[in-house]
Amino acid sequence: MARILTYTEKNTWIHRLSGVTKLLFFLSWSVVGMLTYDTRVLLTMLVISLIIFKISKTEWKQIGTVFKFILLFLLLNLLTVFVFSPYEGTKIYGTKTVLCQLVGNYAITKEQLFYELNIMFKYFTVIPIVLMFIVTTNPSEFAASLNHIGVSYKVGYAVAIALRYVPDVQSDFNKIKHAQEARGIEMSGKASLKSRIKSMASIIFPLIFSSMDRIDVVSNAMELRGFGKNKKRTWYSGKALQRNDYLTIGFVIVFCIAALFITFRDGSRFYNPFL
Amino acid sequence: MKQKFGIKEVVAIGIGTALFVVLTNVQIPFGIIPNTALQSRVAILTFFAAVFGPVVGGAIGLIGHALGDALFYGGVWWSWVFPDAVFGILVGIFASKYAIKEGGFGKKAIILFNVIQVVANAIAWILVAPVLDILIYAEPTDKVFIQGALAFIGNIIVSGVLGTLIAAAYSKVGAKSSSLTKE
Amino acid sequence: MIPIIEFKDYTYKYRAQVEPTLWNINLSIYPGEKILIVGPSGSGKSTLAHCINGLVPFSYPGESTGSLTIKGVNPAEKGIFGMSKIVGTVLQDTDGQFIGLTVAEDIAFALENDMVPQDEMFRKVDGVADVVDVKKLLNHAPNALSGGQKQRVCMAGVMIDDVDILLFDEPLANLDPATGKRAINLIDQIQKGKNTTIVIIEHRLEDALYRDVDRIIVVGEGRIVADMRPEDLLVTDILNQQGIREPLYITALKHAGCELQASSSPQHIESMDLEPYKEKMQNWYRNAEMPEEKKIKEPALEIMDLDFAYVYGDPILQNIRFQINKGEMISVVGKNGAGKSTLSNLICGFIDPDKGSILLNGSDIAEKSIKERGESIGLVMQNPNQMISKPMVYDEVALGLTVRGVPQEEIRERVYETLKICGLYPFRNWPISALSFGQKKRVTIASILVMDPNVIILDEPTAGQDYRHYTEIMEFLKKLNQERGITILMITHDMHLMLEYTDRAIVIADGQLIADDKPANVLTNEKKSEKAYLKKTSLYDLALRCDLPDPSMFVECFIHYERQHAANRMRGSVDYDKEQEKGQEKNQNKDRMAYSDEYQDEKDKTAEEVAR
Repeated sequence: MARILTYTEKNTWIHRLSGVTKLLFFLSWSVVGMLTYDTRVLLTMLVISLIIFKISKTEWKQIGTVFKFILLFLLLNLLTVFVFSPYEGTKIYGTKTVLCQLVGNYAITKEQLFYELNIMFKYFTVIPIVLMFIVTTNPSEFAASLNHIGVSYKVGYAVAIALRYVPDVQSDFNKIKHAQEARGIEMSGKASLKSRIKSMASIIFPLIFSSMDRIDVVSNAMELRGFGKNKKRTWYSGKALQRNDYLTIGFVIVFCIAALFITFRDGSRFYNPFL
Repeated sequence: MKQKFGIKEVVAIGIGTALFVVLTNVQIPFGIIPNTALQSRVAILTFFAAVFGPVVGGAIGLIGHALGDALFYGGVWWSWVFPDAVFGILVGIFASKYAIKEGGFGKKAIILFNVIQVVANAIAWILVAPVLDILIYAEPTDKVFIQGALAFIGNIIVSGVLGTLIAAAYSKVGAKSSSLTKE
Repeated sequence: MIPIIEFKDYTYKYRAQVEPTLWNINLSIYPGEKILIVGPSGSGKSTLAHCINGLVPFSYPGESTGSLTIKGVNPAEKGIFGMSKIVGTVLQDTDGQFIGLTVAEDIAFALENDMVPQDEMFRKVDGVADVVDVKKLLNHAPNALSGGQKQRVCMAGVMIDDVDILLFDEPLANLDPATGKRAINLIDQIQKGKNTTIVIIEHRLEDALYRDVDRIIVVGEGRIVADMRPEDLLVTDILNQQGIREPLYITALKHAGCELQASSSPQHIESMDLEPYKEKMQNWYRNAEMPEEKKIKEPALEIMDLDFAYVYGDPILQNIRFQINKGEMISVVGKNGAGKSTLSNLICGFIDPDKGSILLNGSDIAEKSIKERGESIGLVMQNPNQMISKPMVYDEVALGLTVRGVPQEEIRERVYETLKICGLYPFRNWPISALSFGQKKRVTIASILVMDPNVIILDEPTAGQDYRHYTEIMEFLKKLNQERGITILMITHDMHLMLEYTDRAIVIADGQLIADDKPANVLTNEKKSEKAYLKKTSLYDLALRCDLPDPSMFVECFIHYERQHAANRMRGSVDYDKEQEKGQEKNQNKDRMAYSDEYQDEKDKTAEEVAR
């Protein structure tokens, strides 16, 4: 299985920021990244993302596997967009500048290249922030942060339980998979679709049923220790907001408003250099 | 229908999400179009929604998909996160009708369950996902609807086959077994 | 003095059940007392514990008559949250109880729910962590901890509320013997230091008695059978009648015909007055039958100089070399995390060794896939629920053959035959969910056996089972071994199992093989047992203190004698099984109650669902 992203303890000012700040940053950054198609805004965001990423001292080995996957995914996606709609850019920007005629109805246009470049920017402005958020935020703080930004603590704690049991479920999964393989169930990609669904079932069945038992034990344990007793709860690993947190939050709010203002000033989310 | 949001629901969301996340990478791809495959985690979502109701189903879809995307793929594709949440809620709304825990998951319930899962998958993947793709990423209409349709087909197979089988098997745990005799 | 826990004519019936689970309980426990509750699975001891911590009647609803007061209040009025301030419960499944992402957060969990300010939490957590000796681990995640450490964190998590009563549900079930000893010691220190009332539920009596308890309560079929000081209880025959295992040295003394007296304080072998029994013991040994030596046969499995490491430079196993002969039954023992499971993963081909090779019937299996190895080496996992992937008994057992494309006719024949061997034939068309834990375990063994393997590897075959189920499973395996000639390898930290049922023990400590010897020799060797986190058997102390020559030979003789005895008892319990089965036909639900705790849990679940 591919290496998944994990939190790594380091001492940079980004690591020291409260989870609340980073969560707010991540969410508002995502929202703006989703809404805008303005190349100038996207480029500015991209530069800021890369600077932040640099400051967080994240190393290649922490994110390498995942990053390669993202690139592959992005490439495939860009290609599919082209295959399905080679003149999407023309539709959006209203002009058609053919650079190179391909077979049949397909041609590479300046507008299409620019449009797909923007799609790429959209991904790249958000990806470093997601990576940074995951590798610099202590999972323990995550539930507390959700609660601080107004999510019910019960939902927050559900997320904490998920993070707590991911490694356990992963090891159960491997154990079950091995045992079923030893019994002769083919797990490789060679088998037919039907038998692959069957082998999938042979892992999921035991995994779900043993998890249903676990739900009972965990809920008893939590009840016995007073979970859900009060309307609120405090958090051992919550971090209070400090000067840097307020500065960061202030920055992101101002930036987002400005970015959206610039984007939508002319009534379109696209920046059009062709007119 | 379960209205309250108690400890059991909190834990069900937590464990269900953990299962969903772990199974993120366990899928059988078909075709070369990105993001389309038979995803085993859909079986988890379908089952948990059908047993624990809309809140748990919606939360596992939302949190599980966002967390799984972030941990495995370093990005969150919100346009595909929300459809999973919508699917979880829709399947969960009728949880009490399937009566899985009470051992009542018989022929009638199975038909109802499958009708609902097909409708819920259709709403989630043929409607919500492509529309969000267009709104958020301004992707070409043809492309997103074909991707959505493929996801729809993949998911109705997983929900229909694995979801039904798991629910039926789990339902037997709660069934009265006094009718059993040894032969 | 006023009792802190007082049951008066207390009867309790789960809503979903026809008959009460607890009958007419009268029990008083006083502040600062340390009480051990023993009883076989399904006796109602778990229900008794649930009454004390409030899970009954809140999570498991039902009706009660009589009265129950805890620290002057009725739990039914106080609620689970109210009770959690008085009673702290440490569950058997520490993975389920450990809910925090790190040690510190888990300890603070109850405080967080009480909205205690953060700085006060830091202070309190530090204090409690010190008491249970986990202060260095505060930032660790649960999967970086050993079983013993997790349990100590769970203890800290309930002690943080300054509870008056600590309730331990089978604290020894998942621990290796040395860690279990340490846990019992820690519980003792807490009781003495804070004068907390301690209630321990456990069926491993000998290990639980490592430190003094004030009284032992024996529960059988929902009633209190005995409420005595340990020294008074041990000299009676009550434990045997209730299917609870006595300390081994007590059994040995009784076999030798000694009339035990409470006055010789039989609760600890180290301090027991053995003078009155010495002669009888020596006499017995002189006349004891020597066990036959098994003849050495050809090797079935040879492990040749295996090395393995997940991370380079941090070896899990080093230079492991041993062989298993055809028809042998051997155990692989050592502390949790010593590399036992890694060894079985290597044999099954789930991971590849860095160096060395494995021979099966003389030929190297390095090139064989997991599936191919699976045809000659079967693996039975510890938790049957993690193996079973079909709803029906027949389909589950047939699975291995079906996927190998064996013709339907042959499958049916082989499955039926295997089911007959495993005593499951009458249940062939049952859903697996209707079986007891022990029966499920047999289904998983059957599903391996049907493929006709040369070697079966079992991971902790008896974990969490009471004496009756333990004997049932082990006698079944012994039968397979003797009548079918199947080579059996068991990974375990149960010393009784290795002593009673295996011909040889492979002892692994810190990735090295430190002994390959008769179990009796291993468990009478202080140095080796200490290194492997085992506990030397009390029989060894008995032999030494009675001046018996060659203690390890004495242990062998006794085990040999005891095994034949157990076989006889088993024959008795076969009748019991038959009665049970009759019951099962008539009234499946009622039978579930008596059969095992697993059933109890299922029952509880249903009851709970009805309630919610």
